[in-house]
Formats: sequence, structure tokens, C-alpha cells
Amino acid sequence: MTALTPSTHPNKRDFQMAMVVARREIRDSFRDWRIIIPIFLLTLIFPALMNFTASRLLNFVSDYGAEIVGNQLIPFLLLVVGFFPMSFSLIIALETFVGEKERKSMEPLLSTPLSNGQLYAGKMVAALVPPLSASYLGMLVYMVGLYFSVDWRPELQLVAQTLLLTTVQGIIMVAGAVVVSSQATSVRAANLLASFIIVPMAILIQAEAAALFWGNHDGLWWLLLGLAITAVVLMRMGLSLFNREELLGRDIDQIRLGWMVRQFWGYFSGKTQLGNGRYPNPITWYRQTKAIVPQLLPGMGALLLALVGAAVVGVVMAQWFPFPEDLKNQLSGQNMLTNLAGLEVYMSALPLFILGQNVRALLLQTILGIFTLGVLGVLVFMLPWGVISFIAMQFYMAGENPFQFLLGTIIPHAIFELPVLLLIGAAALRWQTVTFAPLPNRSLSEMFILRAAEFWRIFLGLGIPFLFLAALVEAYVTPQILQLVYGG
Amino acid sequence: MIEANNLGKNFEEFTAVHSLSLNVPPGELLALLGPNGAGKTTTVRMLGAILRPSSGEARINGYDVVREADKVRHDIGMLTEQPGLYLRMSGLEYLLFYGRLYGLSDEEIKQRGLEMFERFDMAGQADRRLGQYSKGMRQKVGLIRAMLHNPSVLLLDEPTSAMDPHSAKLVRDAIRALRNDRRTVILCTHNLAEAELLADTIAIIKKGTIVAQGSTAVLKQKLLGQPQLEVRVDRPLNGEIRELEKLVTIEAVEGNVIRYRTDDPNVTNPQLVRCLGGLGLGVISLQPISQSLEQVYLRVVAEKEEEPQL
Repeated sequence: MTALTPSTHPNKRDFQMAMVVARREIRDSFRDWRIIIPIFLLTLIFPALMNFTASRLLNFVSDYGAEIVGNQLIPFLLLVVGFFPMSFSLIIALETFVGEKERKSMEPLLSTPLSNGQLYAGKMVAALVPPLSASYLGMLVYMVGLYFSVDWRPELQLVAQTLLLTTVQGIIMVAGAVVVSSQATSVRAANLLASFIIVPMAILIQAEAAALFWGNHDGLWWLLLGLAITAVVLMRMGLSLFNREELLGRDIDQIRLGWMVRQFWGYFSGKTQLGNGRYPNPITWYRQTKAIVPQLLPGMGALLLALVGAAVVGVVMAQWFPFPEDLKNQLSGQNMLTNLAGLEVYMSALPLFILGQNVRALLLQTILGIFTLGVLGVLVFMLPWGVISFIAMQFYMAGENPFQFLLGTIIPHAIFELPVLLLIGAAALRWQTVTFAPLPNRSLSEMFILRAAEFWRIFLGLGIPFLFLAALVEAYVTPQILQLVYGG
Repeated sequence: MIEANNLGKNFEEFTAVHSLSLNVPPGELLALLGPNGAGKTTTVRMLGAILRPSSGEARINGYDVVREADKVRHDIGMLTEQPGLYLRMSGLEYLLFYGRLYGLSDEEIKQRGLEMFERFDMAGQADRRLGQYSKGMRQKVGLIRAMLHNPSVLLLDEPTSAMDPHSAKLVRDAIRALRNDRRTVILCTHNLAEAELLADTIAIIKKGTIVAQGSTAVLKQKLLGQPQLEVRVDRPLNGEIRELEKLVTIEAVEGNVIRYRTDDPNVTNPQLVRCLGGLGLGVISLQPISQSLEQVYLRVVAEKEEEPQL
């Protein structure tokens, strides 16, 4: 027997063990007629049908002199031919991950020396190989058929993009299925949760279809890059969720609202952290909240980088889309002073309006981020900074000093606003990406509640007071500085 | 060797196991008894390095179940409550799959696997699909899988459930052979006769903690007291019972049968026989009443929560 040496980096043994698991799973899949018959039909019959459809379509549209429409639809059908068998990866993945849990054959497997990573990799390969093979074969049948029937010769770029898109979509579906499986104890529940994968995939296929129809290959490469990043993120997430603790520690599929509320309140109020059954006084509560801040520094750093990225994008976009001359002429200090004068009527309500606006934006950023693993949250955070740099660049291109514009309109209140936006954004990001790094001895739901409570402590305890201060500065100090800067 | 100190496991706000300590020296078999939901399976999963303890620590052959989990899993053989087989595989394919995970060569797996198939009365069945096996046969395949890599520690959860008496005996013989071969075994079972037959130590677990632990004899002594004795005389008793009460503790009198307890039967029994003779009662028989593990178990399990641990 060979001794096992724990290692953090994949080695030859990890690969061997993953392959032992994968071989068994693949053999098992090929013995299951429920998987084999549909894959067989989709590999051979469906491409032939699509081939027939494409030939008829070409003949039909050429009668009306619209060959271009037919020519643009053929690549889309290639994508469909590849995607249909690939969609089976989701079914196989759910079967191989949660099905095994349901049939109680997971526990013996978990009692072996296999590491979580080896098991995960083996199952990923097993869920991908049969549908991917079917998908490639189906596309080959389709292309060969079209070559002989209508002498269609695809561009190499199209073939490469279709193959890569199909592969990455398969990886996303399997990686998504692992995440879904870790949260379900039955195939039935997993199938219901799988709509979180199927619906975005359906939308994605439509986007790809549009890009293919219009021949936007550059767009497809960008889409591919986005999908590859998503696949990596989902695999990382799956790897952290696919562990013995999460797989066997979760035995029920029910929502326990009472427990969730109690947990949240315990962490939010600080009672849990205190550990003596009492509520902390306000000073202790603030001390506990302050102790969260150092843990948010990596997230704040990431958001700061995103901010710089947004500023760069804003500058580039301004160069691509310069303002027309009439709009450019309005970019002057005098114009801003005139606009400022119009605000005087609302001055008393302005701080609350600004605060409300910021709170709304932050809540939107947080909620969108929760459903997109932080991605949309970060994008919403980047948006205003991108717009500011876009406008500053337009000032520059109109012959104005962009730094004067920034000093007069943004910097005075941004000094107070930016740190607190970074702080709240980082707390939200930690909550939104909780699945990436669950803590040992804590379930995912417990971690989710803990991070939510931490976010609300930061938001209400530190965020609102500082945002209010920033709103006061923005309403009463920034206009004064604007006047000073532009000599009003 | 299996050691656990103050082991605990919480699932969110539910405590499955708390302050559980046990020690099973090499070559000994500990039977873990307890009602459903008492924490037996969670304990076994923690000892098998599948679940991470929330508190306390456990070691298998000196390896920590958290820090050296891979070594622990390599050293143990685990039979889970449900064998969880792959029904589309043959028995041999199944063993080949698991054997490879433990780093065994195919030759070794085939040799050991077929040997054990024969030992468990399943010769010639290794090439059949597992889906065609009976419940008992599946359980036996699960056990063979757990024993395949010759582990020094075995954690067996209900190994004879769903088996016919003959198969159960074969499995019990195999477990006994493992113990004789200096393997350390933890056996979770609801079959009290089996536990009494095989175990060196019995541990009764209730609501996540061990409430009684010791050899069968010690537990009986502790929980049921001195064994009861029964004396049968040649006629029903009348007022003579008061004389007997001076010698022993009378538990029950039914017609011509007296049940009693005594701390020192070697001294008291001859005195009692002499006393009965003196009262004109002829002794027909005198024998101890057997006390079963079931009585011990029921007493422990029925005890109120607040009663002290033994």
C-alpha cells in the first residue's frame, strides 16, 4: 500500500485518484439507458435533423435572394447541435453528486483516503466527458453533413468559438450543479434548484445566437472570456462547498425561519459574540463592530482596484464617445455655477435627499451582488466612478481643467464618502462571496447569516452616520468650494 | 487504538454529541448501544474523520482525526449504516474500485476479495451485478469493502442488520476473528445479544453522551445490583418469611418460590438453606436468576435526564 502525503498542490497521485473515481462514474453513466439513449439520439439523429433543416432553410431563403440570412443561421444551428447533448452534463452532474448522496453511497466514499479535491475533480470529469464527447461528435456529424449537402465550409474561428463555448458552458453547468447539490439532499430538490442554472443558460444561448447571427465574433470572444471567469469562480466555489462536512452535515432541506431570525439577531445584537446570554451595551456593540473592520481590508482593497479600473474605463470611453460640440460648450465653470444656483430652493432637503440616494444605491449594489456572487454589486459600485472619470475626461477634451472640476464637485465630500462606501461595499462583498470560503465547523447557512449580520452592523452602525456627514458636506461645503474654485 | 476526549458535535443549534469520551485499546471490541438519534452514527463519523468535531479531540492509532484525517481514513475500515453500493457494478468491480482508492493492486484486491466472498458464503457471486444481490448479501459486500485493505481499526454500523441468522453468524464469526487478530473494533448495534456476545466493553450512548460504560458484567453489577437468587421450597410459606429477612433481602415471594438478593452468597446461601430446614421447609432448588444486557440497556435508556452518569 502506498502512503498518503497531504499536499496543497495537485500531484500525480491526485490525478490518479480522480481518474479512478471518474472511470467508475463514466462506466456507470454508460450503463444507464436513461442517459445513453438521449445522448445517442442527440448525437446522431438530432444533427442529421438540423442538417436537413439547414439545407431546406438555405434553399428557401435563396428563393427570395436572402442567402445571407441562411448563412448566418447555420452557425447558430451548430451551436444548438453542440449545446443539446452538453445540457446532459447538468443531469449527470446532479445524479453523480446529489444522487449519490440520496442513494447513501456517498458516505462509504467519504470514508476512504480520497481528498475532497480528488473526489470533486473525478466527479467533474465524469459529468463532463460523456456529454462533451456527444457534443463534439454531434457537431462533427452536422458539419460533415452540411459539407456534403450544401458544400458549407465553416471558418476556423467559428469552429473554435463553438467548441470552446460548448465546453465552457458544460463546465459552468457542472460546477453550478455541484453548488446546487451541496445545498440539496434529494435529486428532486436539486432539480428544482437547477433552474438557477438553466434559466441563465437559456438567456446566454440567446445572446450567443444574436452574436452569431450578426457575425459579432469579437463579442463572442469577450463572452467566452466572461464565461471562462464564471467557470473558474464556480469551480472554486464548488470546491469549497464540496467537502465532507457540508455533504454529510446537511440532512434537511427545510427553511427554519425561526432559527435564522434568532441567529441573525444574536450576531447583529452582539449577544452571540458576548457569549453570556446578555446584550452588550452600545459601547461594547461599537467595539465589536469596529473589530470587523480589519477583516474588511482585503475587500476594500479589491474595491479600490475596481474603482481605478472604472476610472480607466471612463477615460477610454470618453475618448471613444466624445461629447458633440454643443454639449462640450456647456462644460464650463460658469454653467455649473448657474446650475448650482438653481439648487438653492432645495438646499434644506438636500442632505436627506443625498443620503437617501446613497442608501438606495448601496442597497441595490448589495442585493444585486447577493444573487450574482458579488459581480453585479461590484459593477454597480464601479458605475458612478466610471461616469465621473468619463465626465472629467470630457472636460479635459473641451479644454477645461479636469482636476478643477473634480476638486470643485467631488473631492470635498468624497473624502468622507469614499472610505465609508468602500467599507460598506467590502462588507457586502464578504456577504455575497461567502460560498467561496466557508469556515470549518460552520454550515453555509450559518456563515451566510453571520456575514449578513456583520454587513448590517457596518451599514447601520458606521455607514449611515458617516454617509449623513458626507451628505451634509456635499450639500453645504462642496457648493462653497465649487464657487471658490470657479470664482463664483 | 481509539481514543476520544470530550468529543462534541453541533449541527447549527442542534447538539448531536457532547462531552463523549471513550478509549478502546488495540484488539478490543467496544459495542456502542443507544436509541435511534442518540449520536452513534455522528460519533462514528467523527472517529472516521468524515465529520469534524465541534469540540474535544479524537485519535485513531495516535493520528488526530482533524489534523491527520487522511492517515486516519487510511487506517480504518468503515461499514456505514446502509452499505450504499453501486448497483450497476458487479461485486468484484465494486471491490476493485474501492481497493484502488486504498492503493491496492488489482491482484491483491481480487485475491482478498474472492477469499472473503468465499468466507461469507458468497462464492461464485462476485461477477453478478450488485443490484441482483439480496439485502443481506449487500450488507456482506459492504463489510468486505470495509475489511479489504486490512485496516487495523474497524468502525461497523449495524453489520448484521437485514441478515438471516446463518449470514449473521458468519459475520459475527468474522468480527470475532478480527478481534482475535488484534484489530480494534467499534460496533454500533441494536442487537443486544450480539453486543453481549462480541464486545469486551459496552458503551451506552443517550442524547449524545455516554451514560454507561464497562464490561457486561460490570454494567450488570452497577445497574442491576447483585444478581437475584431464587429458592424453591416444598410448600408455600406462611409467616416464616420474617426469619428469612434477617439473612437476605427478599425481593418477591410467589407461592413456594422466594426471590432474594445477598451481598455475599457464599456465606448467606448455606445459612439460608439451614434456616429453611430449621423451619421445616425442604429446598427443591436454589439458582441465580440471569440478568440480561437488555435489562441494563432499558434501565439506562429509561433513566431521567437529570440522573447522574455512571
